[in-house]
Amino acid sequence: MPPKHVNAVVIGAGAGGGIVAKELAEAGLTVLLLERGKWNTPFDDLKDDLRNQRVSALGAPFGPDDERNPRVVVDAPGQERIVLPSDWEYNNNAACVGGGTVSYGAMAWRYMEQDFRMRSTYGTVKGSTLDDWPISYHDLEPYYERAEWEIGVSGDDSNNVFRAPRKRPLPMPALPPNREYTILKPAAQRLGFHPFDIPMLRNSVPYGGRAPCMRCRWCVGFACEVNAKNGTHNTVIPKALATGNCELKTECMTKEIVTDSTGRVTGVAYYDENDHLEEQSADIVVVSCGANESARLLLNSKSRLFPNGLGNRYDWVGRNLQGHAYTGAWGLFEFDVYDDVGPGASIAICDFNHGNAGLVGGGLLANEFIRLPIEFVGHNPPDAKGWGREHKDFMRQWFKRSIVAMGPVQEMPVFDSRVQVDPVVRDRWGIPVCRLSGGRHANDIQVAEFLSTKAEEWLREAGAIKTWRQLPGLGLSGGQHQAGTCRMGNDPKISVVNKDCQVHEVDNLFVIDASVHVTNGGFNPVLTIMANAYRASDLLVTNWKGTKFR
Amino acid sequence: MTAKKGLKRREFIRLAASAMAVGSTVSCGGVVSPWRSLTADEADTLASLCNQIIPEDQDLGAVSAGVVNYIDVQLSSHLKRMKKVYRRGLAQLNDISFKRYGKRFASLPEQQQIEFLTAIDQDKAWKETPLHKFFRIVVDHTMQGFYGDPRHGGNRDRASWAMLKLPYPPVRGRFHEDANATNSWKAS
Repeated sequence: MPPKHVNAVVIGAGAGGGIVAKELAEAGLTVLLLERGKWNTPFDDLKDDLRNQRVSALGAPFGPDDERNPRVVVDAPGQERIVLPSDWEYNNNAACVGGGTVSYGAMAWRYMEQDFRMRSTYGTVKGSTLDDWPISYHDLEPYYERAEWEIGVSGDDSNNVFRAPRKRPLPMPALPPNREYTILKPAAQRLGFHPFDIPMLRNSVPYGGRAPCMRCRWCVGFACEVNAKNGTHNTVIPKALATGNCELKTECMTKEIVTDSTGRVTGVAYYDENDHLEEQSADIVVVSCGANESARLLLNSKSRLFPNGLGNRYDWVGRNLQGHAYTGAWGLFEFDVYDDVGPGASIAICDFNHGNAGLVGGGLLANEFIRLPIEFVGHNPPDAKGWGREHKDFMRQWFKRSIVAMGPVQEMPVFDSRVQVDPVVRDRWGIPVCRLSGGRHANDIQVAEFLSTKAEEWLREAGAIKTWRQLPGLGLSGGQHQAGTCRMGNDPKISVVNKDCQVHEVDNLFVIDASVHVTNGGFNPVLTIMANAYRASDLLVTNWKGTKFR
Repeated sequence: MTAKKGLKRREFIRLAASAMAVGSTVSCGGVVSPWRSLTADEADTLASLCNQIIPEDQDLGAVSAGVVNYIDVQLSSHLKRMKKVYRRGLAQLNDISFKRYGKRFASLPEQQQIEFLTAIDQDKAWKETPLHKFFRIVVDHTMQGFYGDPRHGGNRDRASWAMLKLPYPPVRGRFHEDANATNSWKAS
């Protein structure tokens, strides 16, 4: 028996898709939410420092698995090789119910006003497709607020004089300071910076029927065992299911989006948990697979009318892949600064996100998340030997006496930094895999040079006796902050979706995730993905009630 | 593969004793290997290599903390695809050691081992060579086995965490995968 028709299929139960599913289901649409991963619980997560989403030496517990999901990466000299999810070049984001929000660090940033009009602010940048978003911060502001209150954010950005205006404060206070915070805050103030408590999608007090953070060591890269970290898996997805209008199917790999002879989407073809190929008919389809996989799915959905894939008439699908070039500095102190109190990251400054003389963009700086010993191993000074007696002494002496201040550089989108589908390599289901190629813009490195110098200054003022900078390379950037591959814009010739996140060429097909970001801010992108998902869902529901996209 | 002689009896017993679970294979030399993936000779060479990456001092070193066991276990499971790399890399390390010093790597005096590895790691002539790449891989895996979770076969008695004065169990939170009760919560 074929599955019964639904109003909407949402592909991907991550930060974007989880919200879309809930909003549509609550508006009365029948929804099938397809997720290729599992619904993990914190009890499936063995708090394993070699097998988590940050250190995946022995695999990524929240997916995708190494056995079935290869990718091809092409490096700068044109050498191609097959990589697996546990290789860093894979540019992985978790594949499970909740997506990256199960195991993320959970920083909850609103982008700044300038982040939505980068081209107007800085002009054109040679070698970059830098542009403005077709929407402004003010279009997104009410939806940022909804994400903050419905998913749940703690923190206090009232001392951030650079933040964009907000109508309502954050729903939860900041967690009490850890030791790094008490060291870094006065130092930042002495330098004239404006430090504040990082907004985090993490309960500091009971919220949403769940417990507050217990300040443990196992935070970024892991699932929270007291459910204090807020993602779509423990907020909106349960709500979507509670409406009775939404069905969630896990371990279902979507093969392609199906269109009819008139160019309308009629549904999707997917492999179910037993690897049987199923077809699901729907009035609309929403693609929320993350920047790499969303582009891959559109490119793999070929037909007579769409020989190059859906939405790809002008060859923009998969282009402008961007993430964040992380940069900053390490400092060594003569006293213990590590207090074993999670989540670790606590204090930030936005003094250098914009307005840096001679530079385009910038980024925030914050102290780093709590570190497990294995994460400290590669972080000895560049002039020091990475093994032997010297390295062991380094570990012993400095593990508890080092602070990292770092942040994400707002990257310049590059047209040739891209996702394609590989002509040869296929995944376990026979679907052509992502082929990643290209690299960063030189401006990203210039900004990183500047930002890391500021981080070094901050650490020295805080009392560091030795500091050194960490600079990114020019290699491909995607990773957990992957964005940009289905750009949002008004002109169908230089973008993939319109400002409603509707694919230009196909009225009943939507992309709602970080793929649509024109630029990716100097911030962790998740709250923007969430806010935009609320906004796009609102528009979708309004249009649905009118035309039903027929 | 060349069969190597002169495996020190004392060394062999120590290595054999440190293999936690024994899936026996017969090595080229006819010696029954106590390891899952490595021959006794390979394990011997690897042990000398690991011990220069994390030497023993007032705290346990790589070998006494079970790093060879960690690598051996992983080469039969998650890092299966690296088995050939290890086989070739260890053989090449010995070959070049023979050419340069007239002895297999494990038989070199400590100072010579360090000199040799430092050259492989840092000298321009060695960069981009397969042996250089192999050495970097072994450094990574040794660090994982030493500083990673004991459940994977290394970091015996959480030695490295004790060395870094990292409290165990953690002060806050529950550490529900205790090394002594692997997956017990799953069985119930």
